[in-house]
Amino acid sequence: MSDFLIEARDVSKRFSQEPDLAAKVAGLLGAKTKRIVVHALDHVSLGIREGEVVGLVGESGSGKSTLGRIIAGIWEPSDGEIFFAGTARNGLNDVQRRAADLAVQMVFQDPMSSLNPRMRVAQIVGEAPQYHGIVPQAEIGAYLADLLQKVGLDPSFAERYPHQFSGGQRARIGIARALAVKPRVIVADEAIAALDVSIQAQVINLFMKLRAELGLAYLFISHDLGVVRHLADRVAILYLGRIVESAPASELFRAPNHPYTVALLANMPKVETGKHAFAPLEGEIPSPINPPTGCHFHPRCAHATARCTAEVPALREIAPGRMAACHLNDAV
Amino acid sequence: MSATLEVKDLSTHFFTRAGVVKAVDSISFSVERGQVLGLVGESGSGKTVTGLSIMGLVDRPGRIVSGSIKLAGQELVGLSERDWRTIRGRKIAMIFQDPMMTLNPVLRIDTQMIETVLAHADVSRESARERSRQALSRVGIPSPDERLTAYPHQFSGGMRQRVAIAIALLHDPELIIADEPTTALDVTIQAQIIAQVQKLAAETGTSIVWVTHDLAVVSGLSDRLAVMYAGRLIEEGPTAEVLRHPHHPYTLGLLNSLPINNPQGQPLNQIPGSTPSLLRLPPGCPFGPRCSHRQDDCASAAPPETSVDHGVRLRCFHPVARQGALA
Amino acid sequence: MTDAALVTTLPPVETPFRIFVSDFVRNKIAVSALAIIVVLALLAIFAPWVTPQNPYDLTQISIFDNMLKPGEKSMDGKFFLLGSDEQGRDMLSAMIYGLRMSLFVSATATAIALLVGVSMGVTAAYFGGRVDTAIMRLVDLQLSFPAILIALILLAALGKGIDKVILALMLVQWAYYARTVRGNALVERRREYIEAAQCLALPRYIIIFKHLLPNCLPPLIVVATVQVAHAISLEATLSFLGVGVPITEPSLGLLISNGYKYILSGKYWVSVFPGLMLLLTILSINLVGDHLRDVLNPRLKA
Repeated sequence: MSDFLIEARDVSKRFSQEPDLAAKVAGLLGAKTKRIVVHALDHVSLGIREGEVVGLVGESGSGKSTLGRIIAGIWEPSDGEIFFAGTARNGLNDVQRRAADLAVQMVFQDPMSSLNPRMRVAQIVGEAPQYHGIVPQAEIGAYLADLLQKVGLDPSFAERYPHQFSGGQRARIGIARALAVKPRVIVADEAIAALDVSIQAQVINLFMKLRAELGLAYLFISHDLGVVRHLADRVAILYLGRIVESAPASELFRAPNHPYTVALLANMPKVETGKHAFAPLEGEIPSPINPPTGCHFHPRCAHATARCTAEVPALREIAPGRMAACHLNDAV
Repeated sequence: MSATLEVKDLSTHFFTRAGVVKAVDSISFSVERGQVLGLVGESGSGKTVTGLSIMGLVDRPGRIVSGSIKLAGQELVGLSERDWRTIRGRKIAMIFQDPMMTLNPVLRIDTQMIETVLAHADVSRESARERSRQALSRVGIPSPDERLTAYPHQFSGGMRQRVAIAIALLHDPELIIADEPTTALDVTIQAQIIAQVQKLAAETGTSIVWVTHDLAVVSGLSDRLAVMYAGRLIEEGPTAEVLRHPHHPYTLGLLNSLPINNPQGQPLNQIPGSTPSLLRLPPGCPFGPRCSHRQDDCASAAPPETSVDHGVRLRCFHPVARQGALA
Repeated sequence: MTDAALVTTLPPVETPFRIFVSDFVRNKIAVSALAIIVVLALLAIFAPWVTPQNPYDLTQISIFDNMLKPGEKSMDGKFFLLGSDEQGRDMLSAMIYGLRMSLFVSATATAIALLVGVSMGVTAAYFGGRVDTAIMRLVDLQLSFPAILIALILLAALGKGIDKVILALMLVQWAYYARTVRGNALVERRREYIEAAQCLALPRYIIIFKHLLPNCLPPLIVVATVQVAHAISLEATLSFLGVGVPITEPSLGLLISNGYKYILSGKYWVSVFPGLMLLLTILSINLVGDHLRDVLNPRLKA
């Protein structure tokens, strides 16, 4: 029995492009048509405990946003199950399911497109708690004012439209909307990536303050290792739809195990105090439509052997609380 | 030694219906041959408009209202569009955040590159092709012969940016303006591109103005750093000096707000407030209302440019004491 | 001059609507066209009060006044500015009533078609898959026949009548709206605010009609404007061919058709004046529609 509040167990997600009518006709006439299937997630398991911050790190095509959306209940997995407080989410009745859905909320990357441009702030934030009856109609004004204050916005802004706000303020509106339904987990998908540098720190601080005040758990999805190191208790590294390493943040940053994690840490932009030579990781990120055999990372890995091209390394415990998927760990 | 690029008191304003936007307000800097200048700022700081002004690409309602831009001694402000054509693409090239700004999606790479060569050089098609092939291999594109016959959509984002850089380098320009060229790329790909550009600049002696919002990206790449805020250059100096001993409270604030410079799990040292609208700048120093070193005189007048030790220029009445910085 | 007046009235924060208005008023031709539309619409709405005569009221018209030239006076001293037709009706009054009929029929048909098309389009886009395929094949089928042919067949089967013309005009129009809305909705559906609404466990009908739909409408304004003009001309064509509105309540098309037989005998006014009015109406609407497209198209703005 696990103590996870929300958990993805052995989840896979495939996106397939169905051939359209023209392609079907072409196929009948003998043209080579194939269904393009993208394996965005390949048997991924990840859990978040009550009040825990899990950092999810990956580059484009890693499937990090897909996993976030599946955990947030926006998408259904192709295989595998999501467990909420130990029960499969799809086995819940309607009332329980709604409670489970509302318990996991999402904060998005783009502060503009994540807010409905034709709604006022009061409506954007207040719609869901009103619809779900979380707040009585009479108290909605006070509830909104309190929420806006909590995220650092003047409650008098409630009647304004999103375009009247700056990027940082819009991010705060997005956070208020998520908080409005009293969630226990927030999935933050690159929630600060689109913000100005001086605003990023403000929003990170807001996330930390809300966690302390409300006991929230976060799935913090980011490509920015510096931010993840600062916030996360535990970190999972995704590469082309598979978790290659997961560990407590302090240990992962102190002694990364997987060669990909090592490379990511080495390539992480740091404010150095002077010009220096860059030593980049070679090679392209492969396409998830046609991923490499065996370990997805082997074409770029300096330590790759014949086994790496043939056999998928299993994600195994290498130390208490630390998991990695690399054949190199077997040699020791 | 004369600088490759000398910008002096450059002001570029936009005359909009809502008022005059001073996107670039009296900035000066220079870039020596083979050097990299990191031009850092947030959105609305004027860093991109500075780059466009140097390229002569400011469109209505914007206009360079005063100042001078000299490329290897030649004045660029006020050139006719005809004269520009002999400079743009040959003496100055630009790399954009989105490589598709440079690449035409419906033409093969070889077509585009050969046309670019022939536009400025009187050579045969064959030698233009050979030059394109060499340019591709120079930016680290494997099997350039095959890649020449491909279309832009057949490349990954990182490869496309490499092709854009190859095109920018075709005429061995004296100066490259790179506007956030790695912002849209993944961490590992970004490191590859930076390493490549670093190597090329050292080999060819091309000067680079690297425009970015990310201090971390330019910190290891640039020789000098120029920090912009609300259209003004507020601090400029050798990269190591600016990062190790930031003098302007804004530069210090930016560095102090980075997670890496804060104890883990603790609140970050944030800069309060948000960047001001260029239409309604606060009186005096535009950073004043957000500044931790603010005093009464800050709101009365905009601080003039002053030179301090270690080759740093500054616009601040009350700079940070030199020892008061991070390790 | 007008520019200077405009700037002072603008608030510091420009709302999209204000930007839209100030962009729109820059084009003098479009503003004039809009003014003409407003005047024509007011004339049509207030026809009973502004016309010298009610052309439907048989007690007001006299057969002895027939075929008067423009500007002529009748024997009992009535003045016919634009002449009269073969039944002695005042052409000006008949035209304004005809315009009233034309505008009513096309505007009603467009409004219903909008409602139907928009619902179909947004449903197709949101659900995708089979629902989408079914609706869009129907749209393709609809759009592959000439509109006039569909309308003619329908009216031949259903018979005459205002309601039937409206039905026919609606049926040939809805597919345009469905297709436009679906295109917009497919783009909007991918935006994060829709995902946010899904995450907040809001029911589908709220997401579709309250979140998705309002954001798909702006580009429809252009399509709808141009479609009203199409509907007016299609209605005129149908009435001209004699399958449109009933002869007792003539629209502009029917008026043109009535005077058509006299045109070669020099009695041009019975046909030409309603024709000019139809032309002016359609031209004005199209000018406004074109300019709206320019103003609303983000691509044309840098």
